[in-house]
Amino acid sequence: MATETAKSMEATVVKKKSEDLFSKRRRRLVADPLDDSNPITVQVLGICSALAVTAKIAPTLVMATAVMIVVIGSNVIVSLLRNVIPGRIRIIVQLAVVAMLVILVDQVLKAYFYDLAKIVGVYVGLIITNCIIMGRLEAFAMGNKPYDSALDGFGSGLGYAWVILVVAFFRELFGSGTLLDFPVKEMLGLGFIPNNGLMTNPVGAFIIIGIIIWVQRYFNGYVEDH
Amino acid sequence: MSKESNAYIITFAVIMIAVIAATLGFAKEFLKESQTQAINLDTQKQILSAIVPLSEVGETGEQVNAYYAKHIESIAVDINGDEKKINQEGEQIIPEKVSIRKEFKKKDKAEKILPVFKFKDDAGKVTAYILPVYGNGLWDNIWGYIALEPNMKTVKGAVFDHKGETPGLGARIADTEVENRYQGKTIYNEKGELASIEMIKGEQNPADKITEHTVDGLSGATITARGVNSMLENYFTLYENYIQKVKKSSANNVSSLENVALVK
Repeated sequence: MATETAKSMEATVVKKKSEDLFSKRRRRLVADPLDDSNPITVQVLGICSALAVTAKIAPTLVMATAVMIVVIGSNVIVSLLRNVIPGRIRIIVQLAVVAMLVILVDQVLKAYFYDLAKIVGVYVGLIITNCIIMGRLEAFAMGNKPYDSALDGFGSGLGYAWVILVVAFFRELFGSGTLLDFPVKEMLGLGFIPNNGLMTNPVGAFIIIGIIIWVQRYFNGYVEDH
Repeated sequence: MSKESNAYIITFAVIMIAVIAATLGFAKEFLKESQTQAINLDTQKQILSAIVPLSEVGETGEQVNAYYAKHIESIAVDINGDEKKINQEGEQIIPEKVSIRKEFKKKDKAEKILPVFKFKDDAGKVTAYILPVYGNGLWDNIWGYIALEPNMKTVKGAVFDHKGETPGLGARIADTEVENRYQGKTIYNEKGELASIEMIKGEQNPADKITEHTVDGLSGATITARGVNSMLENYFTLYENYIQKVKKSSANNVSSLENVALVK
């Protein structure tokens, strides 16, 4: 009995010593990729899928969720294995983990969200090559604890998600006159405005991402180093 | 064993591969049934959407399944219009599972399996024959379903889909507004010869150019439209014998019924 209480005492002491679950540092892990080190607008990674899937909001949501699951999952797995992964084949190991998760996500989509899987199918497979994920594994998960890595993945996923959702919002609104397939334009009585075909093309995404980067940099004063 | 030794690396790789392979294998096995169901449901939705708006069919998978089971009777025919029950491998043909893409690619017309989906109304009377079509668009394959009235001449409805046509241009073949242009068109001329429906060049053509064999085109998507035209012509030709048989049998319907009664 006595030893047990001692042990639990010890555990609480250790817990107190450990970092707060949402300490300032950890909050920064999540918040940083949203703005200052945003994967798309600042690091300019993952542009390929940002251009391809953002014609409508629904597939974009699926894509954002898929990337989020894969980046958090692979960050945690790689972080757990970081001390046993041999350095010489670490990139291959990371790739295998990412590929496994992507295939799992793809299969689940095909089983339960077939209509959406038909639209985003190809691009879900391409998450494997999404630089955001490999970048986070190599730069963060290989050297940090699982919980921190999960937060980092969550932050990066969110940073990716908000940008592509904003792009999709404008592309669907101007390109198809709908939001989540809801005919907003007609409801507002603006049906006479023709849809902009440019917005349904990937070119439209380029323009919108450009505008987002412009607005963001106007506010946070970020300048590229030369 | 050192972490950087070759033996360690090889062991690590082998274990990793085994674990990943097992995980994926289990996942696939576990999800297989849901996936097959999803694919079947999708086929059913596509077939039905040629003739009824999907909002009428129902939202959930069960509703679609029930509606489909109640209203669709499917058969497969060959190039001669005879019913085909067994495929080359000697297996029973399930028309819904026939890959239209594979059949499209078969060079020998006699080998092609051609599914037909009969739509029945609540009383069990066939009110439409739905035929799958498949072809080449500008960038990739296009496909769809054409519903014919029981007279086998008039188009009752059409639905198209595509893999990679240009959004806003060729991809518009999948728009309901464009699909509806096919309604009421005729695939036979006065002489009783097959005359497929042609999507003409340019959009908002004058009314005199739109006949019962032509539909208004898509501006900026002439090649996709041509793909649709040859797809329709190709498949109406493939189904021609079957179409003729249905026509004949419906003409003789009354007398054949009497015959049956006599034999009995």
